[in-house]
Amino acid sequence: MSFDIALFLVQDGLTNGAIYALMSLALVLVFAVTRIIFVPQGEFLAYGALTLASLEAGKVPGTIWLLAALGAAAFAFDLPAMLRRRAGRAVLRSAAWNLLLPATIAALVYALAGHGSNRLLQVALTCLIVIPLGPLLYRLAYQPIANAPVLVLLIVSVALHLALSGIGLFLFGAEGVRTAPFSDASIQAGGLLVTGQSLWVYACSVALMALLYAFFERSLYGKALRATAVNRVGARLSGISTVFAGRASFLLAAAIGVFSGVLIAPITTIYYDTGFLVGLKGFVGAIIGGLMSYPLAAAGALLVGLLEAFASFWASAFKEVIVFTLIIPVLLWLSLRARHDDEEEQ
Amino acid sequence: MRRTAGAYAVAAILLGLFAAAPAVLSDYWTTLLDYIGLYALVVLGITLLTGVAGQVSFGQAAFVGLGAYATAWLTTVHGTSPWLGLALGLAVTAGFALVLGLVTTRLSGHFLPLGTIAWGIALFYLFGNLEFLGGFTGMTGIPALTAFGIELRSARAFFYPIWLCVFGALLSIVWLLDSRSGRAIRALHSGSIMAQSFGVDTGALKVKVFVYAALLAALSGWLYAHFQRFVNPTPFGLHMGIEFLFMAVVGGAGHVWGALVGAALITLLKQALQSVLPQLLGTSGQFEIVVFGILLIAVLHGARDGLWGWLDARWSHRRPRRPIAAAPALPARPRPEDGAPLLEVRAVRKAFGGLVAVNDVSFVQHAGEILGLIGPNGAGKSTTFNLVTGLLPLSAGDVRFRGRSIAGMQPADIARLGIARTFQHVKLVAGMSVLENVALGAHLRGAAGVLRGMTHLERAEEDMLLAEAARQVERVGLGQHLHTPAGALALGTQRIVEVARALAADPALLLLDEPAAGLRHLEKRALQKLLERLRGEGLSILLVEHDMDFVMGLVDRLVVLDFGTKLAEGLPQEVRGNPAVLEAYLGT
Repeated sequence: MSFDIALFLVQDGLTNGAIYALMSLALVLVFAVTRIIFVPQGEFLAYGALTLASLEAGKVPGTIWLLAALGAAAFAFDLPAMLRRRAGRAVLRSAAWNLLLPATIAALVYALAGHGSNRLLQVALTCLIVIPLGPLLYRLAYQPIANAPVLVLLIVSVALHLALSGIGLFLFGAEGVRTAPFSDASIQAGGLLVTGQSLWVYACSVALMALLYAFFERSLYGKALRATAVNRVGARLSGISTVFAGRASFLLAAAIGVFSGVLIAPITTIYYDTGFLVGLKGFVGAIIGGLMSYPLAAAGALLVGLLEAFASFWASAFKEVIVFTLIIPVLLWLSLRARHDDEEEQ
Repeated sequence: MRRTAGAYAVAAILLGLFAAAPAVLSDYWTTLLDYIGLYALVVLGITLLTGVAGQVSFGQAAFVGLGAYATAWLTTVHGTSPWLGLALGLAVTAGFALVLGLVTTRLSGHFLPLGTIAWGIALFYLFGNLEFLGGFTGMTGIPALTAFGIELRSARAFFYPIWLCVFGALLSIVWLLDSRSGRAIRALHSGSIMAQSFGVDTGALKVKVFVYAALLAALSGWLYAHFQRFVNPTPFGLHMGIEFLFMAVVGGAGHVWGALVGAALITLLKQALQSVLPQLLGTSGQFEIVVFGILLIAVLHGARDGLWGWLDARWSHRRPRRPIAAAPALPARPRPEDGAPLLEVRAVRKAFGGLVAVNDVSFVQHAGEILGLIGPNGAGKSTTFNLVTGLLPLSAGDVRFRGRSIAGMQPADIARLGIARTFQHVKLVAGMSVLENVALGAHLRGAAGVLRGMTHLERAEEDMLLAEAARQVERVGLGQHLHTPAGALALGTQRIVEVARALAADPALLLLDEPAAGLRHLEKRALQKLLERLRGEGLSILLVEHDMDFVMGLVDRLVVLDFGTKLAEGLPQEVRGNPAVLEAYLGT
């Protein structure tokens, strides 16, 4: 292998690795706050990319129907308890969040879809449609059993992935899409051609990570989420609602997923089921960090990206095999490091 | 007894009817039943693994694939007998499962499922990319099985080997759960500390269960390959692994029969959905997985115990109880001589970073006495307790039991020497009867492993263990609760069950960790009386407690700790008058 090829592979690996790193951060975030192993994280990436592609093609994306349906379901689930408590204001608030907001977003998309091709507007609409799915899914799938054992939550996650990938096929069809790049520019550096889009990926990933860091270190909400991650009961006693913490972490995870989808869609063809594998590669990264440390998870994800790039050069057919088998030595290493294992959680 | 005979007769008739099914059913339904059997075989393994032992695997389909591909490759490429294919499939599967189980057993519970997801995907792509396994197109021309000179070519003929395996596996698991190893497996669900304290090697047991579940999957794969006579990677992917788990959860993951119910229900539902939904929605697509996903979430929200669990809750009180067989007593441990030093704690020290929780504490427990270790909250009592039982490593000092050092030994090895304990937060297996919980205490007095448990070749030993457990339940006065589920008892009674469980280990020393915590006055009195009676029978007891009143009238001697240091030692009335003790307790 020549030096040029190696450089090219490194660039390719870092581009994918940056996306995996974003995934792994979202996974660690959700796990720390809610103890949920969020297998469907990648679905947000696919939904984001495919929604943007629909808007680009001047169509109304099917995800608005999903948003409306989930909102209506959430309202229906809230209603009996609210009526029992005769909490009229709560009914109005739930209706505003779960019915009015999705309806407004849908109306906005209908009004704006097909008119003009302003890039920023399309990305903004994509965010408006897909990001609210995160808290809604938390409300419907996890909130009623928020205190269940980790393994039950994990099975729910896998079931949710199954449902979302089937819905994705229904909404978007089986064809893959690629969106227009943010920038056609490219820089010739030595023997290496650096595309503008991969620079976008690097810059946005770093910016997003910095933003997350600032959020958790500087803002009160961020600190509240961290407190919930450390001790749920203690956080509750200090007045932090675990429902709020759960929805907030899902909002963030969905946002990270959508951004990743928007960033990667010009580089890779995205199918309705692409997100799952991307999310799982983020997982391998997160597991390298023991599902605990943000920097280690990000570093692990970059490693996965690089490994994948080189594997696809040497043994392209076995690239997935190599990436996913990596988890065995990692688990072995984690297991040798673990001194004591008290899984007294029931 | 008549009732049992009647139950056997009913079972035999049902089984006979089932065996006649292929003769009356159409080809379509017979084939469907064959598939249900193939799936049920895998799901039975998941029931044991997930429902009973509390470990989750999404990778069972990959093990099915190993079993199928091993025989496909041997029989088509090398033309060997299918039986050799079975042997290879089982061997390869056992090897993979062993590695995966060993690397995850020491990690917390969610790493095994994540490992199995990753490995399920890896193996799927491996099957699809290996030339010699036919790539994604797969392998054809796998020979049919031959049994007693008959070629099993039709779905009708294949019905029998499949369901023979299913019922064999079912029986093996039912028998296993009703044995010494089975009780230990059922205890895994509620954390490993309790099981280890009674000598269960929890890590090894988890791996064994995982390997057995994988072997059942591989057996299903072998049958599948010779039934279909064709294999490709698709049915061994992750989605199928998820579906198997789904079957187990819907049927009732903790219930052996739930595996059959779940496999049948989901297979039939899938058939129905695949034919109805596309017509309903006007396009083709994988709508059944959307329904499955939502249904699974609904089941986990509303009925986590599955369909069989729901049925079982309505039936279980009618199930006949097996009477305790008269059996010879288990050999007992030689008793230490009264008054001889039994447990010597010598200048033990435990530091957590800069915090010294236990600071050079020494005391001696003599055989035949009740020694109380007391002190206010945070005095270091529980830490001292954990140092003696091996849950925490010592920073310095030595603990000697009957003259030999037990410092640095594992909890299971300490248990083997004759130290049994109870827990401050009661650790009983809620779903097991009082008898079974107590029998778990006698774990180290039996030797039958998983294989003998599955085949019920250990009945003589099992009868002795259960008879011993029943004796201990009687000894603590809970004879009327022998078959009550432990979770249904009041806290005070559960504490006494814990004492009986410790007694079943035939201990030379009984350690009680805050036995009076949370008990009402009358419950405390009952416990005091029991402990006095046990001392009368020659048992040595070390009691950690902070309830002065409970301790005062009961113990022979007291050791008082405060801030990790020994404050006083002596007879209760001496200690009561000690100004340092008064200050620590009353803060004057």
